[in-house]
Amino acid sequence: MGAIVKKPRVLDAAALGELFEALKAAGHTLIGPVPRDGAIQYQPIDGVADLPAGWSDFQDKGRYRLNETGEASLFDYASAPQSWKRYLHPPRLKLFSARREKGRIRFDDEAEPIPKYAFIGVRACDLNAIAIQDRVFIGNGQIDPHYAARRERAFLVAVNCSRAGGTCFCTSMGTGPRAETGYDIALTELIDDRGHRFLLETGSDAGESIAAGLDAAAAAPEDIDAAAAISERVAGNMGRSLDTEGLPEILAKNLSHPHWDAVAERCLACSNCTMVCPSCFCTSVEDTTSLEDGTAERWRDWDSCFSGRFSYVVGGQVRDSTRSRYRQWLTHKLSYWHEQFGSSGCVGCGRCITWCPVGIDITEEAAAIRATDEA
Amino acid sequence: MPGNGKLRLAVWKFASCDGCQLSLLNCEQELLALLEHVEIAYFLEASRATSRGPYDLSLVEGSITTPHDAERIHAIRRDSKLLVTIGACATAGGIQALRNFRDVKAFTSIVYPNPDYIRSLRRSTPIRDHVEVDFELRGCPIDKGQLLEVVGALLAGRRPGIPTYSVCHECKRAANLCVMVAHGTPCLGPVTNAGCGAICPAFTRGCYGCFGPAEKTNTASLTNWLRDNGENRKTLVRSFRSFNADAEAFRKESEALEQAGKRHG
Repeated sequence: MGAIVKKPRVLDAAALGELFEALKAAGHTLIGPVPRDGAIQYQPIDGVADLPAGWSDFQDKGRYRLNETGEASLFDYASAPQSWKRYLHPPRLKLFSARREKGRIRFDDEAEPIPKYAFIGVRACDLNAIAIQDRVFIGNGQIDPHYAARRERAFLVAVNCSRAGGTCFCTSMGTGPRAETGYDIALTELIDDRGHRFLLETGSDAGESIAAGLDAAAAAPEDIDAAAAISERVAGNMGRSLDTEGLPEILAKNLSHPHWDAVAERCLACSNCTMVCPSCFCTSVEDTTSLEDGTAERWRDWDSCFSGRFSYVVGGQVRDSTRSRYRQWLTHKLSYWHEQFGSSGCVGCGRCITWCPVGIDITEEAAAIRATDEA
Repeated sequence: MPGNGKLRLAVWKFASCDGCQLSLLNCEQELLALLEHVEIAYFLEASRATSRGPYDLSLVEGSITTPHDAERIHAIRRDSKLLVTIGACATAGGIQALRNFRDVKAFTSIVYPNPDYIRSLRRSTPIRDHVEVDFELRGCPIDKGQLLEVVGALLAGRRPGIPTYSVCHECKRAANLCVMVAHGTPCLGPVTNAGCGAICPAFTRGCYGCFGPAEKTNTASLTNWLRDNGENRKTLVRSFRSFNADAEAFRKESEALEQAGKRHG
């Protein structure tokens, strides 16, 4: 996907709707940023009018607020409360149903309708998170057909960040702020004396084919420079940072560090961090039975290493304490994910920091272990 | 099971408001299907026709608050193969367990003209303090879906899929926006057991803790955070002292807050 190098184009902001219409005409359901209930959330959208024009956000640990800026910008916000994960890896999914008929069990093999999404406004961190989940669900030998089918049909419109959020640290993780790969189309919103427009780059044949049908001229060098300047400015404005140098090894040899107890004193084991994390993928499977017609169904639900049942095996819980659950989550994310999937499990989107109800900050906790690395 | 192959069900009431047993009658869509599998042998809220035990399944609503009830529950246990308690009263003592923090005699002397007739225990206690309980369904009131799940699982011979994690889990799956983080609304969701479907946060209100403490709770951390964000100690005591006031994690937290209040004035 990343190998295709086409000359960037420039798309007038007034023509953004053409891109949306082209994607709809290609059969995609648009999912994009919408201001709703006090946050900019990824929801089904119809067109440009749904986008958060003039809205931005403030994010800090345990705190999110929507701000009205009155600016013309459509994409002037940081990470949404939840990632695109819920569209590619749904929180609840029926795996199959079966019924008893004349003493035999019949499996219903009704074909599951697979949605064909176009994601509008994917940030570089989330592109990296999708790449991680690709490795987990598709590239790890075992293919998850539900994820793979949604992923294959999805069209990704990246929008480069024009602002770093208070809990962002993609610069530290090498995952942003500029989308480098993994997108079909990447936009950078430009607002200056040359007008309100988007630098448009394509990253796949599908992206090029859509872009070719748009009224978008070749970009001027000034547009390309302006986009690069935005990414450079954002990279220098991260709300957080994480020193990843040698971190996997440091964490791996500090499993008995007293700091895990200090975190456990604050951690609620509520699982919010894992739910909002764009790379966390764990699920549990449960069966249901109907009283009415003898139908049984098997469902797959998002689960979390913070829930007790998740590590329950015959004889008891493997991770009974909050200390062991938090340590499992953080060390998986930042340490042994490398061994398992060949990268960090963290993309620096900052969601776990913002959406922790008591403001636990993964960058602070990892730094605390590093600062007192005794092993 | 009796000759007709149906599960014999009994529903019992102790100190309670009847809301949980009404959840069974509220299963309007499912009731007919349920009756294909279940014989209602004793359920005064539904029918005055009753039949004797033993019962395959007893659903017990309410808490133990009188010496008479403390005896009666043993007879029910003896007559029941499985005993499932339903609701905050039966599983945690209910709202009436607020008496456990005070002197109940002081209340009866104010409320009743002749308090000598009142035979009330000092504390309101959950059923499991008196007899062995096979399964507990939380909530004020219980969730009818969970009730059907327990009965359905029993009929199918499988474990009921009743979660023990926090309400946050349900909120995030449903894509509810977190009212604490995004609005600064105090919410007991992070320490409360799931099961209601996160109804209150779905309507942008904080969780009231109707389903009691989750499997793992850190109430102290939650109150520290809320205190740092300007929440009043007395308000927090009251928020832990509602339907599940005497559930261990909630009781300890409200008592700790009260103690701290006395120290700091």
